[in-house]
Amino acid sequence: MHDFIVMGGYAAYVWPAYAVFFIVFAWDWIAPTLRRRQLLNELRGRVARERLRRERSQASAQRESASGSMS
Amino acid sequence: MKIIPLWLHKLSSPPVFYRFAGTLRPWFLWSALVLAAVGLYGGLVLAPADYQQGDAYRIIFIHVPSAWMSLFIYICMAVAGLIAMVWRIKLAEVIAMECAPIGAAFTLVTLITGSLWGKPMWGTWWTWDARLTSELVLLFLYLGVIGLFSAIEDRRRAARAASLLALVGVVNLPIIHYSVVWWNTLHQGTTVRLLGPSKIAPDMLWPLLLMALATHLYFFASLLNRARVGLLAVEGGKEWARALIAEKADA
Amino acid sequence: MATLVQMQQADLPAPDTFAAIRALLRRELLLAWRRRADALFPVLYALIVVSLFPFALGPDDALLTRISGGVLLVTVLLAMLPSLESLFRGDLEDGSLEQMLLSPQPLPLLVLVRVLAHWATTTLPLIIVMPLLAVLLRLPAQVLPVLIAALLLATPLLALLGAILSALTAGTRRSAILLALMLLPLAVPVVIFAAGAVAAAQSGLPHLAPLLWLAAALILALVLAPFACAAALRIAVET
Repeated sequence: MHDFIVMGGYAAYVWPAYAVFFIVFAWDWIAPTLRRRQLLNELRGRVARERLRRERSQASAQRESASGSMS
Repeated sequence: MKIIPLWLHKLSSPPVFYRFAGTLRPWFLWSALVLAAVGLYGGLVLAPADYQQGDAYRIIFIHVPSAWMSLFIYICMAVAGLIAMVWRIKLAEVIAMECAPIGAAFTLVTLITGSLWGKPMWGTWWTWDARLTSELVLLFLYLGVIGLFSAIEDRRRAARAASLLALVGVVNLPIIHYSVVWWNTLHQGTTVRLLGPSKIAPDMLWPLLLMALATHLYFFASLLNRARVGLLAVEGGKEWARALIAEKADA
Repeated sequence: MATLVQMQQADLPAPDTFAAIRALLRRELLLAWRRRADALFPVLYALIVVSLFPFALGPDDALLTRISGGVLLVTVLLAMLPSLESLFRGDLEDGSLEQMLLSPQPLPLLVLVRVLAHWATTTLPLIIVMPLLAVLLRLPAQVLPVLIAALLLATPLLALLGAILSALTAGTRRSAILLALMLLPLAVPVVIFAAGAVAAAQSGLPHLAPLLWLAAALILALVLAPFACAAALRIAVET
């Protein structure tokens, strides 16, 4: 076990190399997930804004037709 | 076009591919992890120390597969880019562009692990040997594609422009490599044979090949992962994307 | 009424390709002549950069001679970048690019003429000034012809490659740095062979081979690059 960790004296080179390998690909796997979450949040916002706009225009259309029928 | 089978045509539809990629992704990831675990056990524990380089040579098990992948992914990117440019298939555009960061990651790992291998072997963090120099130029090629893609507003036009760049790059890859090799011989670079004068021992070969396979499988997993997100980005306004939000809200 | 019928029946003469090329060349050279001071900018830039090296490294003649070939090549490459970056920007902005795309002449041909005219008006002055720059960096006299030959082959090659990249980045923000990033990897072989020829000449070794490789690459680029550039321009004007 000791030989494994010490790597014949080259531990200072071998282990950082493996660390870089795993860190880079851990990031490569996680980064799209973060981006996906961000995208879906943006999309949710967009959908909500559009719904709001539609409701507002429907409400104002109803008000217009109501006031039109009264006069 | 009768050449394209129906299932392939259906697959290029974004919502279908999104689901397909989601299902396939864990299979590729887990098989990559299992193979990597076995390969690294073979390389780090079972294989004996090299008589010239001691235990430092064990960096080979991540350095060489990464180098192979950096090249393989560039070619995949160029092929996907060609399909994107000629047939304007949205999925091809997304796949081509999502290859770039993965390829750049492998190239970066190749350079850093190569540098860490070089320090104990040649006494210096960097050396302008043919292979490392070619890798550095390859990194610039990847960064150029990523940079161009991010600089153009329209996602589809950006993907086509970056694909053209990738194609120009792939045509130049052999030229760049051979020119660097020639330059290296001109200036009597330290041509240290990283694998030693004899063929690689079988004890070292099978872990290396397993790691090569594992990195390929990881690339496919990561590509599927990224392509899903890429499709969402370019198809944000579509029904299937909005349905996803509704699903997520329910779940 | 009669004239309308006559107009319909008349065959409009097809624009002659050579006439189109002549017209395009005339336009390029005329525009360049009207702004002839602009041709000085790359020259001045090269002059300043070349002067920085003795300041940075000391005036030791032996050292300067050793590095002069390489420094001059890199300086020319850097001096080409600013003008390459704006190669198509003006055309894109004032709409003449769309005119080129719509013209009956083959776009690759028009692009080739445009790029070569651009090279003649921006980079050729640099090469003409090379003897002066060579003296400043103590380049040996017998190496100068080889350097000039290498530049005459390498710079059009770089201009053709740069044109493709310039078309791809036309209209994007930060296009200058993007162009430099994209051009550097592709320029590596050109620099290697051009510098190889100069270094060989400096050591008294045969230097024809690298020059021939450059010539072959230039011929290949003359044929292929205009098509890639045309494709890039079509992508650039898409909305």
